[in-house]
Amino acid sequence: MSDFESLELRGVGRRFGGVDALSGLDLTIKSGEFVALLGPSGCGKSTALNCLAGLLPLTHGEILLDGRRIDTLPPERRGFGMVFQSYALFPHLSVEKNVAFGLQMQGLPRAEIDSRVREAISLVKLGEHAKKLPGQLSGGQQQRVAIARAVVLEPSLVLMDEPLSNLDAKLRLDMRTEIRRLHQSLGLTTIYVTHDQEEALSLADRLVVMREGRVQQVGTPDELYESPTSWYVADFMGYRNILPATVVSTSAGEAVVELPGTAGGGDGARLTGRAVGGLAAGDDVRVAIRPEDFVLVSSGVSAGSPTGRAAGSIPGAVSVVEYHGREHAVGVQTGDTMLHARTPAAPQVGAPVSLTAPVERVLVFPEALDAVVPQEVAA
Amino acid sequence: MSGVGQQRATASLRHRLAERGVDAALLLLVPGLVVALALFVYPFSYGIGLTIQPTAAMQEQWGGGIFANYVAFFSDPFVFDSVGLTMRLALPAALFNVLASVPVAMVLRHRFRGKRLLTSLLVLPITLGTVLTAQGLLIFAGRQGWLNRTLLEIGLIDEPLQLVNNYLGVMFSLVITGFPFAFLLISSYLSGIDPSLEQAAKTLGAGWWQRFRRIVLPLLAPGLATTFVLTFVLAFSVFPSARLVGDAMGETRVMSLMAFRAFGEQNDYAMASTIALMMGAVELIVVVAVLGLRSLLYRGTTGGKG
Repeated sequence: MSDFESLELRGVGRRFGGVDALSGLDLTIKSGEFVALLGPSGCGKSTALNCLAGLLPLTHGEILLDGRRIDTLPPERRGFGMVFQSYALFPHLSVEKNVAFGLQMQGLPRAEIDSRVREAISLVKLGEHAKKLPGQLSGGQQQRVAIARAVVLEPSLVLMDEPLSNLDAKLRLDMRTEIRRLHQSLGLTTIYVTHDQEEALSLADRLVVMREGRVQQVGTPDELYESPTSWYVADFMGYRNILPATVVSTSAGEAVVELPGTAGGGDGARLTGRAVGGLAAGDDVRVAIRPEDFVLVSSGVSAGSPTGRAAGSIPGAVSVVEYHGREHAVGVQTGDTMLHARTPAAPQVGAPVSLTAPVERVLVFPEALDAVVPQEVAA
Repeated sequence: MSGVGQQRATASLRHRLAERGVDAALLLLVPGLVVALALFVYPFSYGIGLTIQPTAAMQEQWGGGIFANYVAFFSDPFVFDSVGLTMRLALPAALFNVLASVPVAMVLRHRFRGKRLLTSLLVLPITLGTVLTAQGLLIFAGRQGWLNRTLLEIGLIDEPLQLVNNYLGVMFSLVITGFPFAFLLISSYLSGIDPSLEQAAKTLGAGWWQRFRRIVLPLLAPGLATTFVLTFVLAFSVFPSARLVGDAMGETRVMSLMAFRAFGEQNDYAMASTIALMMGAVELIVVVAVLGLRSLLYRGTTGGKG
C-alpha cells in the first residue's frame, strides 16, 4: 500500500510555552517499516506523532516525504491514517459509515466506496457488526473499527497512538497480533506510540526510545534489548534492577563497582560488570541487571549456576515471593535496597541468600543521561 | 395451589422495600413536593378553575356558557391575533439566538488571548434585567438616542431610524437577553463533544465545513433543539420589553400583554387566566413539536466530558 520510499524527520521540535516537548528528532523511516516510539508519558512520543499527523504545528525542523516537504500541509491533505488512543469513532455513525467517511471525503463513486468498506470491515472481522453504532461494540471491536477506518484509505503511513492502552490484558495480546498481521498483509508503514516495552519489542522492526523530548536510542528490538546505551533505556528494556554505584577500577571494558545501597563488606557489595561508555575510577554510575540474570544462592546451595564468570555476590534476605507460573519472582532485601530476581523454586521468606550474575550480564552505565549521544543504528 | 416454586422472601421488610426504592432517602423529596404543591399545583388548578367561571358580561357577549372565555379567546380577533404576534417575535428570536451562538461558541472553544474577556462580555447581558435592557435600548437606539444622533451627525442618514417602539425594538431586547443563555448552553454542549473526533475527521481528509456538517452538527443537534426550546419559552413570555420598547397596542401586542390587560385594566381575572392558560398551551405545542423532532436524532454519547 505504501507508495513512497522514505519519510524523513529532520530536527523536528515542538515547544509549548517555552518548554521543549520535543526537540531535535531526526529519523528516517523506510517504506514498509514498523517503527515504535517508546517512552513514559510526557517523553514527547505523542507530540511527535501529532506533529507527523499535522494536528500540531512544528516549531522546529521539517518533515519530508520522498524529499517533498509535508509539514506545511494541513492534516486533511497529508493522507496519513491515524488510530487514536480513545478510538475517536464517530458515535452517531454506524461501523460502515465510520469506515466510509474518509472515502466519501475523497469523493469516490458510491459503488467503489461500498466495496472497499466491505473489504476493510471483513479484514478486521467485523462483518456481522457493520450496521451497529460504535456504542454497541466492545472495546476491542471499536479499536478494530478505528483501524479499518484508517487503513481503508490505503494511507502511505499509519500512525497509532497507544491504541491498545484502553483494552484489558488478554485482548491487548490478541489485538497486538492483529495489528502486526494487518501491517504485514497490507504492506503498511506504521509508526506506533506506546509506553509498553513488551508491545514495542514484539511489534516493531525498529524502536525509538525517548526521554524528555529527546531520542535516547534507536535500534532494532534485539539491539535495544541486548545492548542498551544508557541505564534509562536499560530500565525500559526489562533491567528491573537499576542500582546507583561508584567505580572502583576499570580494565578492558570491564568495571568493578561498589554498591553503597547494599549489604556487604565496607561500602557495600562489589560487582564486576561490562562497562558501557567510557568510565574511570571514582565515577558515579548505575548498574543494571535483569531479574532473570540473577542467580539466587541460598546457604551455600546454588539454585542454578551462573553461566560464565560470576560478577561477585550481594548478600541479602528473601522478603517477597510471587508465584508466576513456571517461576517465582523473588524480592531480596539487601541494605536499604530491594533487588528483583527469578527462581524456579520458591525460597522461604526470610531465608538468607546471596545474589550473583554473569559478568557480561551486569551492565555499568554512566550516571549522567545527557552525556549519552543518541545514535542511529541502521535498520 | 400453594406453589412449591413460589418461595417466600426471607429478607427483612425494610430490605425488600429498599429493593423497590422505598427508603429514608425518599424524605428528600418532601421540601420539593411541598413547594411544588403550594406554589404550582394549587395556583395552577385554581387558575384553570377561574377560566370556567366567566363574568356575566363575557357570557352575554360571546355565549358558550361556562366556556365563554374560551369562545372569546378564539373569536375576538383583538385577543386571538396576539398568538400570531407573539409567535412572530419568539420564533425568529429563538432561532436567531441559537444560530448566532453556534459559530461564536465554535470559535470560543479554542484558546486565545482575551478569550475570557470576550466570553464575559458575551455573557454579561444575562445579569441585566429586561427593564434595564429596555431603558438602555431607548437611550441608545431611540429617535434622540446616541446611535441616531451619531448617524445623523456624520450624514449617513437624513432622518432618525425607527429602531424602538416597534417590532425591531422588542427583537433587539429578546436577542440581548436570550443570546447569552443560548451561547452558554451551546458552549457546554460543544465542550461535551470529544475534540479527538474532529482530529480523526481531519486525518480522514475532511475540511472544516465537512467536519462541522458531518460530525459536529449531528452531535450538537439535540443540544440545539433543547437550547431552542428554552430560549423560545423565554422569548414567548416577553412582557416588559414588549411594553417598554415595543408597540404595545400594535405589532408587539403579545399574549402576556393581553393577559395583563384583562387582569389589570378590565379586572377580569377569569379572562386573564384563560389567556395565560392558552399561552401555556401554545408553548407546549411548540416544545412538544421540537422535542419530537429531537427524538429522531442521535442522542447517545458524544465522547466528551459533557
